[in-house]
Amino acid sequence: MTKQPVSDIVARCEALYDDLSFSAAREWKEAEPGRKVIAYMPVYVPRELIHAAGMMPLGIMGGGDNLEVIHGDAYYQSYICRIPRSTIELGVSGRLDFVDGMLFPSICDVIRNLSGMWKMLFPDTYVKYFDVPQTYVDEIGGTFYTGEMRELLHDLEKIAGREITDDDIRASIEVYNENRRAVNELYALRAREPWKAPGSEAYLVLRAGLLLPVEEHTRLVREYVAAASAEDRPIKDNSRVILTGMFCEQPPLNLIKSLELSGCYIVDDDFVLVSRWLLGDVPTDGDPVHNLSQAFLHRSMSTAAKYEPDQEEKGQFLVRAVRDTGAEGVIFASTSFCDPALLDRPILQNVLKRADIPFIAFKYAENSGQMQPIREQAGTFVDSIKLWSAA
Amino acid sequence: MNTRLVKAQPADVLKDASMIKQKEMMAKHYDRLTDAPQTGAKVASTFVPGNLNELIMCFDLVNNLPEVNAIQSGLRRQSGAYIMEAERAGHSEDVCTYVKSDIGMMLKGNIGPNGKELPKPDVLLLSYTGCFTFLKWFELLREQYKCPTIFLQTPYMADGKVTPNMVQYMVKQLKETVIPTLEEVSGVKFDIDRLREYLKKSAQAEDDLVHILATGKNKPSPIDAYFGGIYYIGPIFGAFRGTDDAIDYYRFLREEVEARMAKGLGPVTPDGQMTEEKYRLVVEGPPNYTSFRQFWKMFYDEGATVVASSYTKVGGTYDYGFRHDPDRPLESLAEYCLGVYTNRSLPMRIDMLSDYINEYEADGLLINSIKSCNSFSAGQLLIMREVEKRTGKPAAFIETDLVDPRYFSAANVKNRLESYFQMVEQKRSGKGAAA
Ligand code: SF4
Ligand code: SF4
Repeated sequence: MTKQPVSDIVARCEALYDDLSFSAAREWKEAEPGRKVIAYMPVYVPRELIHAAGMMPLGIMGGGDNLEVIHGDAYYQSYICRIPRSTIELGVSGRLDFVDGMLFPSICDVIRNLSGMWKMLFPDTYVKYFDVPQTYVDEIGGTFYTGEMRELLHDLEKIAGREITDDDIRASIEVYNENRRAVNELYALRAREPWKAPGSEAYLVLRAGLLLPVEEHTRLVREYVAAASAEDRPIKDNSRVILTGMFCEQPPLNLIKSLELSGCYIVDDDFVLVSRWLLGDVPTDGDPVHNLSQAFLHRSMSTAAKYEPDQEEKGQFLVRAVRDTGAEGVIFASTSFCDPALLDRPILQNVLKRADIPFIAFKYAENSGQMQPIREQAGTFVDSIKLWSAA
Repeated sequence: MNTRLVKAQPADVLKDASMIKQKEMMAKHYDRLTDAPQTGAKVASTFVPGNLNELIMCFDLVNNLPEVNAIQSGLRRQSGAYIMEAERAGHSEDVCTYVKSDIGMMLKGNIGPNGKELPKPDVLLLSYTGCFTFLKWFELLREQYKCPTIFLQTPYMADGKVTPNMVQYMVKQLKETVIPTLEEVSGVKFDIDRLREYLKKSAQAEDDLVHILATGKNKPSPIDAYFGGIYYIGPIFGAFRGTDDAIDYYRFLREEVEARMAKGLGPVTPDGQMTEEKYRLVVEGPPNYTSFRQFWKMFYDEGATVVASSYTKVGGTYDYGFRHDPDRPLESLAEYCLGVYTNRSLPMRIDMLSDYINEYEADGLLINSIKSCNSFSAGQLLIMREVEKRTGKPAAFIETDLVDPRYFSAANVKNRLESYFQMVEQKRSGKGAAA
């Protein structure tokens, strides 16, 4: 493997991130006749199934702050978050015209309704609202979820024009296990030596995973981890923080950079959850759909879009993340008008209060431009953390 | 069968029979709730869309509906203060105001509409149908009440159909988690025959409700299916489905409405009988409750009657044929939850509203977009354009909130309505000229 400098890897990821025509996925599709691309929205879809059908999963996270929204606003009132309108913009402006299908996971009512809008607006595209269980008993939620996955597989087989075997799925699970391992290595590096892998870079590396074939992304993550570990970067007097609430509409890159500039080392976050949703490896023996279901039910991340059946467990994922990463505080960054994130926030904040973990909160939109107030707020937070730990 | 109402005079009938009956039912229900600590009755909090009243009654539990409490707070103009209280306690200004009204009310002592303290729930039955916010709402309540919480997931009808996988999932949840937990909480053993009995009663009241709402097809319509409709759906969407009270109420109401129809009368408003039906509207979206009377007046002052609405379907789409079925008790509860309006896909909502415009011969569609309700509001602009395109009838868009008085601008709403009525007029005269 030829060693690339960190800056080159990050520049490549940033170019992918900025490319609102999704050229990489277009090129992949054009490289061989019959190739298909299936797009999906946040938070989680079992990409293994798409991959097993020989197709490329393409993650769509809205239009970010570079997309000029011309048509999208005509579809949404001012009091609805940005991601659906910029996603519609991507659609109606033809930027997704090469996509063969679009999956809308059950995150919230906005994405749910967007699935119906997509059906109306793009009647020739395969559109699926991908329902996931909010109950986690094997024979109940598990059976339902395997049923939903089987239905998706059935649809994918029709699109692919071929059968998808259990072996295909097993092989894809392994490919994604490898990707998850690589991503976990990246997170481990950030937690250990955050000065070597800044949050804004890691973010770009993760985002690339939505846009590239998974095998290529795994290589890229590993290259970044190797290059970043090897690079000599100065240690700053920053505070370690965890960012939470960014599981759907994404913050502008500048926001992440601003937090870093104001003295934060982001040691954990909930960006691009799909790449870390399943915790640990999914077994590759036995019934692969059952294995994916088991992983979802019993070994997946927590987020506001997911019901937590156990009151004692509610919010503990944050407390554990703080302990595991040695974080000194938590930043709640929530999308404006995002009911799941904003309604969850007070509960999580109470959990943190009880655990004596400091936090701050602010709202953003994917096209937020003014970073000064956020910088000031984060700067004050970092100062107070330092005072607090010195006391 | 008709004896009760035939004797009464239509003018007092409206106030005296069904309305009084409903008032009594509500008062009695709130007393049952607030007396619960004394009587030892156990309380289940649950939601309106997908509520399982028949099942709850099988366990002698009293049904407490936080949405109805929020509506009551809105109508009594207390929700504004409750919402502010919740915001002071850290809730965002961006989120659903029903939740904040409920939380604020709790923070201020949980005083019900009868002036007495509402009891803490013994169980939260999170029947999650058509709105993600429900999920967060009960996580918030669970944090406070620390009581058992039952989750019943209703899969979304995204493809316009109910699949066997969906029904099986729901029935399994009912059998394996919902019913056993309710047994545990209440100490009452589940008796499926008792459930069948209640379901039979539900279907009876549902028949009458369907009949009442369908009278909107008449010209003039004897009912207002939005503002008046809120009263009509109260008992069946709330804590009375499956009771004899509900059967009586809907029989009363049906007879009243039929009597009015026979006389060629329009709906009765808070200011008396509507005299002229100038506009027939279909309305999508919930109403505003903090200025409910003022809002309604803007319609009846202009001679506008709402002949059909989607809001009267959030607790069941009975007009599309669904009835609770004693022969398939659990399946029928599942299908009920799956079919409620808020669990229907956007294309299904468009079909429904377009059908209403045609079947009820309406002049057009009016959307009341609720600022804090993503479940209803996200996508309404597309709904508006699509319905307009399909029916050729004009549509209009107004924006208010359910229970947050800060988002009701009377002048704005009035302006929009006035220009909408002008649009309808123009459309009519344009059509006349072309013909
Ligand atoms: S940002 Fe929040 S409200 Fe908007 S689509 Fe995503 S989860 Fe839903
Ligand atoms: S978001 Fe809408 S449907 Fe959901 S609880 Fe609030 S008002 Fe009701």
